[in-house]
Amino acid sequence: MDNYPALIVVAPFIAALFAGLFVWIDERLSYPIALAGLAVSLFSGIQVMIQVIASGPIQYKLAGWAPPIGIEYRIDLLNAMVLILVAGVAFLNLIASYRSVQQEISDRTGSYFTVYNLFVTGLLGVSITGDLFNLYVLIEITSLTSYAQIALGDKDRGPLASLNYVFIGVIGASFYLLGVGYLYMYTGSLNMADVAVLIKGSEGSSTVLTAFILCILGIWIKMALFPMHVWLPNAYTYSPTAFSRVVAPLMTKVMVYVMIRLMVTVFGYDYIFNTLHLSDAVVWLATLAVLAGGVMALAQKNLKKMLTYIIVCEIGYMVGGAWMGNQLGMTGAILHILNDALMTFALFLAVGNMVYRIEKVDITDLKGLFGKMPWTMGGFVLAALSIIGVPPTCGFFSKWYLILGAMEKGAYHFVAALVISSLICAVLFFKVFEICFFESGSPDHENSHGPVAIEDAPVSMIIISGLVSLSLVVTGFYSGTIVNTIILPFLK
Amino acid sequence: MSDVLSLIVAKYNYWLYVILMMIGLYGMIAKNNLVKKIVGMNIFQTAIILFYVSVGYKRDATIPILANAHDAHGATAIHAADYINPLTSCLMLTAIVVSVATFGYAMALAVRIYQRYQTLEEDELRMRLSEE
Repeated sequence: MDNYPALIVVAPFIAALFAGLFVWIDERLSYPIALAGLAVSLFSGIQVMIQVIASGPIQYKLAGWAPPIGIEYRIDLLNAMVLILVAGVAFLNLIASYRSVQQEISDRTGSYFTVYNLFVTGLLGVSITGDLFNLYVLIEITSLTSYAQIALGDKDRGPLASLNYVFIGVIGASFYLLGVGYLYMYTGSLNMADVAVLIKGSEGSSTVLTAFILCILGIWIKMALFPMHVWLPNAYTYSPTAFSRVVAPLMTKVMVYVMIRLMVTVFGYDYIFNTLHLSDAVVWLATLAVLAGGVMALAQKNLKKMLTYIIVCEIGYMVGGAWMGNQLGMTGAILHILNDALMTFALFLAVGNMVYRIEKVDITDLKGLFGKMPWTMGGFVLAALSIIGVPPTCGFFSKWYLILGAMEKGAYHFVAALVISSLICAVLFFKVFEICFFESGSPDHENSHGPVAIEDAPVSMIIISGLVSLSLVVTGFYSGTIVNTIILPFLK
Repeated sequence: MSDVLSLIVAKYNYWLYVILMMIGLYGMIAKNNLVKKIVGMNIFQTAIILFYVSVGYKRDATIPILANAHDAHGATAIHAADYINPLTSCLMLTAIVVSVATFGYAMALAVRIYQRYQTLEEDELRMRLSEE
């Protein structure tokens, strides 16, 4: 079948349509429809990956219109990896979060699954498209649906967090749109590959420079690079568990992918590193982001909020690696997209399980949790070790490539920031472990329904959480294979 | 001085969009009332729409609807210079949809916030949040 690329995006979209219709007919059917849509998408993603590995990049003309006039889906190894990642995480999360949605948003589950699928459609579209304006539209679809889901969370703070995210998100997307406008003025084209050919040789043009700055700035705002991160912690903390589990691993990582795509495919290394000499400045910015994220994470009392600051820190890793200007750094950045998405997913799955049982996850609420929720805590520990970067887990390997890249460039401040932030993460997580393990809490836990005995989360949640945590070790072992079959051929 | 002036006059559409954009940004950053911020956001988005549409404009050109695409001998008789570029306007149809959706959604959120806190002033909201 040649239409797998379209199916990746269309399947969850149509599923969202029907899930939305069934809200009025029989709300219980919305969930299986949403799940089926994502399953088809994941399956198509894997098929596309197999094709790309076997026979090189796929160009898919939407509705048969040839580029540069029509919209083109262009899938190479990098997209294919991101597509599988997005579809996989979204699919697993939908299974793991079913009970959590029932608990937190019981009055509108059907609508929630509809918006969830639209959100995933947007992310998949952003990862697959080869058209600059199409990318903008899909970013906006992603953003609008995420605003809506965040507002469903915490009754008191959700709407306000969502509104602040709207303001910043609009500024980010508008900057990107403006940048695309300048590119269009200069080249008369919106197709990424076409634009890349047309701007070659016009390195001195101020129009191209403006376009470059606006695009990258917009994407940075969207990915919450320090100091443009202010919207992220509140938005992710006060959203419903089911949504923070999918947005935290995916949204920022997909934006990092967009940045790398703009750097590699549209503007090109030559322009960025040889004409503009931006490497040093951005690596310094990334260093600051890594340190600031770590320090701010230290100050948090709420586990979920602490993790959101760790995301800010991890964004610094990826931006630093990508702008290092050498192959090792870029390899590290791309590998870290995969690893960080998995690690964050595993962490948020575990935290979601805790929230399901104890509702509030201030660090002091976690006393004695090892005894009560052993499986959840097991997954949490594995994910935390991976974030810290302990060798057999995948977090170690991407950090290793990042450090090698920084060494090659001589950016020792970035190496130092990486090491310091790893230490900070170690301190953070061992503080949590200590409270969970050594301080015994009361056998019953007080939540809004009165005191209840805590047991581990439902089986569906534990199994997914365990699987994802184990996948961190597996990905760690196969890091070499991933780098050799996906990342290095892509960068060549 | 006259150089600067002629630069401004020759490219007045860009100056206008930049001014509008700054007004919008100012509204989003400096205003205290959430609805004013939302209106600022809308002005900001509209500025970009203006920019795009003005990029597609050509002097002495008309709307891009072709009366007859061929002359009597079958040769093409279209001069691109006679028609404005329709693509930028088309793109902006999508952007308008996006901005309407964002605006409506932000307003709905403002209603929710007002129902919860009985105020839309940001400083009062901050006070209420820190009290709790």
